[in-house]
Amino acid sequence: MAREPFNVLWLQSGGCGGCSMSLLCADTTDFHGQLRDAGIHLLWHPSLSLESGGSVVALLNDVLEGRVRLDALCVEGALLRGPNGTGRFHVLAGTGLPMIHWVQRLAEQAGVVAAIGSCAAWGGVTAGGANPTDACGLQYEDERIGGLLGAAFRSRQGLPVVNVAGCPTHPGWVLDTLMALAAGELDAGSLDALGRPRLYADQLVHHGCTRNEFYEFKASAEKPSDLGCMMEHMGCKGTQVHADCNTRLWNGEGSCTRGGYACIACTEPGFQEPGHPFHETPKIAGIPIGLPTDMPKAWFVALASLSKSATPKRVKVNATADHRVVTPAIRRTRLK
Amino acid sequence: MSRLIVGPFNRVEGDLEVTLDVADGQVRAAHVNSPMYRGFEQILQGKAPHDALVFVPRICGICSVSQSVAAAHALADLAGVAMPPNGRHVTNTILAIENLADHLTHFYLFFMPDFARAAYAGRPWHADAVARFLPERGEQVRKAIAARARWFELLGTLAGKWPHTQGLEPGGSSRAVEPGERTRLLARVREFRGFLERELFGGTALEAFDALPDEVALWAWHAQQPTRGDLRLFLSTMLDPVLAALGPGPGHYLSYGAYPQPGGGHAFAAGVWDAALQQRQPVDTAAIREDATHAWLSDAGGPRHPGDGLTEPDADKPGAYTWNKAPRLAGRVVETGAIARQLAAGHPLVRDAVARHGGSVFTRVLARVLELARVVPLIEAWLQALQPQQPYCAETRLPLDGEGMGLNEAARGALGHWIAVRGGRIASYQIIAPTSWNFSPRDAAGTPGALEQALVGAPVQPGEDTPVAVQHIVRSFDPCMVCTVH
Repeated sequence: MAREPFNVLWLQSGGCGGCSMSLLCADTTDFHGQLRDAGIHLLWHPSLSLESGGSVVALLNDVLEGRVRLDALCVEGALLRGPNGTGRFHVLAGTGLPMIHWVQRLAEQAGVVAAIGSCAAWGGVTAGGANPTDACGLQYEDERIGGLLGAAFRSRQGLPVVNVAGCPTHPGWVLDTLMALAAGELDAGSLDALGRPRLYADQLVHHGCTRNEFYEFKASAEKPSDLGCMMEHMGCKGTQVHADCNTRLWNGEGSCTRGGYACIACTEPGFQEPGHPFHETPKIAGIPIGLPTDMPKAWFVALASLSKSATPKRVKVNATADHRVVTPAIRRTRLK
Repeated sequence: MSRLIVGPFNRVEGDLEVTLDVADGQVRAAHVNSPMYRGFEQILQGKAPHDALVFVPRICGICSVSQSVAAAHALADLAGVAMPPNGRHVTNTILAIENLADHLTHFYLFFMPDFARAAYAGRPWHADAVARFLPERGEQVRKAIAARARWFELLGTLAGKWPHTQGLEPGGSSRAVEPGERTRLLARVREFRGFLERELFGGTALEAFDALPDEVALWAWHAQQPTRGDLRLFLSTMLDPVLAALGPGPGHYLSYGAYPQPGGGHAFAAGVWDAALQQRQPVDTAAIREDATHAWLSDAGGPRHPGDGLTEPDADKPGAYTWNKAPRLAGRVVETGAIARQLAAGHPLVRDAVARHGGSVFTRVLARVLELARVVPLIEAWLQALQPQQPYCAETRLPLDGEGMGLNEAARGALGHWIAVRGGRIASYQIIAPTSWNFSPRDAAGTPGALEQALVGAPVQPGEDTPVAVQHIVRSFDPCMVCTVH
């Protein structure tokens, strides 16, 4: 007998829709086929479903009244609590009710609740500046636990909100998470301390960065389009940021650092307000403040100054050029 | 007279609610509500100007690059820099890839699925529409998603990722293309060309479709093999004169000009097309005003130029019904999008079709599909024009004080950013997006916006709570609601 489908309802609120658009870039020749083959049934998705208007409102009520089982509620975009706690910065069209009202009630019915992207996880860009809409994440407000649903929230299956954070989030992170959930393989131990699936959050953006040789020698880029390491001057946080962007890659062969710009820590809570211009590395006495994770600062400084003095000319020259000026020397690599 | 409140509207980007006053089976008046406010113009205040390049793409996940390009243009205007030719070609290529992907997404995922609705059972094309365009299952929907994902792999290479690249700078692109890479980039473009020529244009070369001189030639092309290719299926639905005439626009069309060229000018010229006079007039950006009378926003000081704009929420304002302001050009309601771009650029097929039908569901979709045929060859030419050893990005020093205006043509039409910087910080940042124009509310004089006008007269069948004709009209504009209010 065929197994029951894993019913997914997808809602969008205070975000840009970019996580859905990113999802459609998934690395598969048949996106809907892949979902179906994993037993995933989209009850409704704002960009993908036929139903509009009245039939959507009817579906939401069916879920609330228990006529349709909700296995996963995916929320994309921040939750807008303003103005003055009313939620009127987003009233779900056709319903007269604030989206935060719908999300709170639907979350009670859901087997699992997933925050798709950093807005839904932490508040994200929508909570930037003075946070004019009082935006927050489902269970976090930046790194503070709480958010819309509260620290104590657990879904029907006993899980906290699953934070598939990223801005946008990677299609593979979403699909792998949903497929693992549908297979019953994602439990509390599969999440890191911030509720992110460890299938992507146990790595650093630095891992697999193609600029690693420049990093090793502290041969640094100084301006956009330079080939060098972007940690020293250009604001890159890849050595501290949790995500597998340089091993899983984006849109084929991409990543932020491969595209010539800094990792801005978009999977991390509060990334939208770094306290410095995104494209500049904050420094004290010429030393970047944000040094690599897990490394004693004195060692980093000592190694950096040693490696800078040992930088090959090729690496040094190429670091501040937009194409390879000096190519690697040709050497025999065999013993004789 | 009865009232219908329609929403949530899906297969548009973001949330949308439309209130319809209906009598005798027709829409008599429409009010368009953009029901979500995030406040990017407030968020940007006080930030370092370059930070705009992190925030503005995140206004919109479907027009992300368009927002980046507008911001880069505004910062370039502020700093007085120009992109080197390589940077310009790559920027245009990145923008064009997004614009064409949006056209593709619109046609296959957002617009055509409505013809698979049960309401059309019995039409000669219905079974074919179901087989091709039923969401999630339609054969062509699934092929188009795969083609789109492959197409965006060009941006993995050129822009690191899509959406939300930071590779677009006021001085050009942060990612130089190595000579050896171009070969495979061009091969990838040809793959997409193959999809379009085979699946969308039904065995017709892009250049041959682009060369169709008028509507008579278009229908002759359709008649050759009326069931071959997805575009011909769309044309078959438009043989129904009621469907083809849906959604008349305001008759004035705005384009800021698309794809600036290194030597000056644009690949598609700027202009305001006046359909009644059959004339193109220059765009006077000084004549733009945003009227917040019917928005839940302060309207202090009356209608304002975006250089002096104000965005201050007022959720309890009487008479307001949307978060969107009403942009006007010299006091007029204008429509923007591919149709405006091709009218201003003087494409004979679009000019002829609009002369016969006006702006309508038929002509809006036609212009968008035409751009798929027209722009792929431009991308090929831009990639061919890249010069090895030449720079991709000019160094930019932003002044501590000053103003900048950044214009761009997004998939959905005219997008403008206006920035003012004081003491090295953003003092004001105002954005007018394409759907801000198209889905504008009424202004102080009570004049409805473009969609509000286009919905008047739309047929409503007995028992319909979400009229299908209204859905065609709304989606024919390819609205982006997250850009609209931002």
